[in-house]
Amino acid sequence: MLRHRRVYIVPTRLGWFFGATLAILLIGSINYALSLGFALTFLLAGAGIAGMVHTARNLAQLAVSAGRAEPVFAGEPAQFRVHLASAAPFERPAILVRHLASGAQLVTDVPAAGGAEVVLGVPAARRGWQRLGRVMLETRFPLGLFRAWSYVEPDCRCLVYPRPERSALPQLSPDPTEGAMRAHAPGNDDFSGLRAYQLSDSPRHVAWKAFARVGDMLTKQFTGEAAAELWLDWTRLPAALGPEERLSRLAGWVLAAERAGARYGLRLPGVELPLERGDAHRAACLQALALHEAP
Amino acid sequence: MTVPHPLAPELRLVNGRDLAWLIASLLIVIAPHATRAPWWLTVLTLTLYLWRAAGLARREALPSRWLLLAVAATAVLGVWLEYRTIFGRTPGIVLLVLFSGLKLLETRNHRDATVLAFLCFFLMMTNFLYSQTIPTAAAMCLALVVITATLVGFNAPQRAARASLRTAGLLLAHAVPAALVLFLLFPRVQGPLWGLPQDAYAGISGLSDTMAPGNLAQLALSDAIAFRAEFSGQPPARRALYWRGPVLWDFDGRTWRMGPSTLGDLAPPEGTRRYSYAVVLEPHNRNWLFALETAVTLPESARFLSDGQIIARGLVRQRIRYQLESVTDAAPDPRETRGALRRALALPEGLNPRARALAAGWRSGAADDGEVLAHALEYLQRERFVYTLEPPLLGTHSVDEFLFVTRAGFCEIFAAAFVFLMRAAGVPARVVTGYQGGDLNPVDRQITVRQSDAHAWAEVFIAGRGWLRVDPTAAAVPGRIDGGLARAVQQGSALPLLLRADLEWLRAMRYNWEAMAHQWNLWVLGYNPERQRELMSYFGMQSADWRSLSAALFSVLGVFTALLLVWSLRQYLRPDPVQKAWHAFCGKLGAKGVARAPHEGPRDYSERAASLLPAAGDPIRRIAALYIALRYGPEAPRERVAELRRLVRAFRPA
Repeated sequence: MLRHRRVYIVPTRLGWFFGATLAILLIGSINYALSLGFALTFLLAGAGIAGMVHTARNLAQLAVSAGRAEPVFAGEPAQFRVHLASAAPFERPAILVRHLASGAQLVTDVPAAGGAEVVLGVPAARRGWQRLGRVMLETRFPLGLFRAWSYVEPDCRCLVYPRPERSALPQLSPDPTEGAMRAHAPGNDDFSGLRAYQLSDSPRHVAWKAFARVGDMLTKQFTGEAAAELWLDWTRLPAALGPEERLSRLAGWVLAAERAGARYGLRLPGVELPLERGDAHRAACLQALALHEAP
Repeated sequence: MTVPHPLAPELRLVNGRDLAWLIASLLIVIAPHATRAPWWLTVLTLTLYLWRAAGLARREALPSRWLLLAVAATAVLGVWLEYRTIFGRTPGIVLLVLFSGLKLLETRNHRDATVLAFLCFFLMMTNFLYSQTIPTAAAMCLALVVITATLVGFNAPQRAARASLRTAGLLLAHAVPAALVLFLLFPRVQGPLWGLPQDAYAGISGLSDTMAPGNLAQLALSDAIAFRAEFSGQPPARRALYWRGPVLWDFDGRTWRMGPSTLGDLAPPEGTRRYSYAVVLEPHNRNWLFALETAVTLPESARFLSDGQIIARGLVRQRIRYQLESVTDAAPDPRETRGALRRALALPEGLNPRARALAAGWRSGAADDGEVLAHALEYLQRERFVYTLEPPLLGTHSVDEFLFVTRAGFCEIFAAAFVFLMRAAGVPARVVTGYQGGDLNPVDRQITVRQSDAHAWAEVFIAGRGWLRVDPTAAAVPGRIDGGLARAVQQGSALPLLLRADLEWLRAMRYNWEAMAHQWNLWVLGYNPERQRELMSYFGMQSADWRSLSAALFSVLGVFTALLLVWSLRQYLRPDPVQKAWHAFCGKLGAKGVARAPHEGPRDYSERAASLLPAAGDPIRRIAALYIALRYGPEAPRERVAELRRLVRAFRPA
């Protein structure tokens, strides 16, 4: 939770134009001795002053906090959630939240005594932890004559995985220790039984006949799939590859292995993740790749 | 990195709602102008508005600039044909109305739309050149609310229109104190700063410096107010209310003229019925001021003419207020210059032979001027003259025709004929114009004098006594002076609406309204450099020059802005009572050496405190539990907040 300390405020171009309009109205009032002209001019001037205070108030004491940012792959936009919370009894319309470095921006209304959330899509170029950095809040409400802004730097970071390289998994090797993929059981497509359907299962493997008969979605299981094991090893990659390229390739392999349903492990200099599968394992592997000797 | 700015007005396109608000604003501000503009121009402007609205509804492209230029050129030509100029005040303003339609047709984004909203301010301002009445002010307040809501709507496109209206109302309410301060303290300068257009004061009615048959009768059909007078005590009787205006000396056979006049010194005449009063004079674009006969003091910076007129320094182009004293039973000054008396006897040769013969008859049978006068008055009373607002037309020998043929006329004809007769009989005489009577408003005790009270009477110079007022109208038609115009003129003839006797309730309403309008004129419209000085000296500012006024202005405005800021952030200055009680509680524990660590939540902290201060364990747990329930639980009743505060206040850790 962060509260910005300073709200800066300057007239907009329209604000200056408004001032010039007032000057002309004032001169006209003096020249023609129009009392109501004076009243109009001064009422507008008062509205201008009140508008300035309202513009500053629209940003004042707005609490900014950053939510969780889901990890992304390098090259994708990191989705930072920025939460604006207002304890004030008035509405704060039309607040621009702008990420200074990337220019990602959104306009939102913050209700009275409530909050609003914006998701800033900040391009993530490099792997590792990406910090959100400085965010500018800006508003011109209510009259557009003044522009108030303020800077905050919410403590928020997003994990950026290496950009995955699309490449085939390494070939099966007869030697289980050598490394790539080893079949536990003969035959990839041997039917071994039925299990309850899960959302991620391919429709091709659904036991449609059984579904038609009993009404339960069941998935056919094949022994070959479950049994594949794979070590993804930094040192086994061609020597010509640079470190970032290696990480890219390994990341691609992690995704491919997970897709193929294999059990896989990851070996990096100084890090070893055992054979496992599932989303948590995939995330752990990708994080290890993302943070490998991260600056 | 430069990216399009979502709040930049030039990038945000006008949508249907924005356009509807904008058109509503424009309609309100052009409505008063439409009553004065040529009808075709109003229709054209409205067509342009409709064109834009239809274009938006059908998602059509805006019309090309060339087409708009052609429309503009045609309209300018039309205005020129209408007024034979495009540079006067009225043509300029009607063109401004038209340009609002043209500008709307090229309004694409919020920047253009905002500029158009600013144009509305100019249209409001130009309307004040024609009318500054209370209804005008009310209509313009409405316009201001709508325009402000339009601007707010541009800047908060997601909000409902009602919310925009509420914000606009709040903004204007906040603007009122600042506006009031500016209105009162802004150093006022007497305008104009530059020359005004020729037609600036066209259409102001009032007495003129000449009098021909028919002038005053025309004027008398007008209900317009000439001036108001406020007496500090009981006002004089109606028959004594002779308000002196221009004195006419020279007659060319048809028209009476003021002629050259000389400045004189006011020699205050003696009299017992002395009245002190203030006059609020409507602008009449002439330099004379009206005073009850006979003035004994002069208004500030006014001058006195030797024939008893009071003259302002310049033309009266704004409503002015002046203070005077008069006596109604003044003894005239018996002195007069020879030149003036000669001038008061001059008559054109060869005109009105029968009137001259009549006058010669009076002269021959009279011992002195006083007897001639008596003959004349007796003649007026004896002959049955008719008083009418629509006198028959008179030819070359106008006095003869009136006296012997038509025998019907308005006060100007009576006065002119009487003065002619007097001069023909060798008695110096002159015509005095002004107003006679006035309506006493029972609501605010003001006497309102209208154009319909315009009057002309005569003065004759009697050697040894001086100039005496003779009202030939009063002599011939006594009802005119005692009962006012309405009684004197026969029923059913054309009379101003408000003088008709059968509309008493309308008069009562009018009295109330005029009393209010008078205050408005005095305090709002009549607030000028002199009034500002008066007000400032009332507040103890002796020399209200622009320096001290600006200093006062800026300090008050500064205070005002600070107050507004405090208001806008008031909830932070007045923290949540639950939080406040909790901080007090933490402070009390801290004084006992159990300060709350920044990372500690209320539960952990209270457990630690209770274990360290076992004697106070119970109240600590109770306060913490209540605090947690109030702070993190659902909305709690007020009594529980009060209970927390009471517990914290009573909490005394040993």
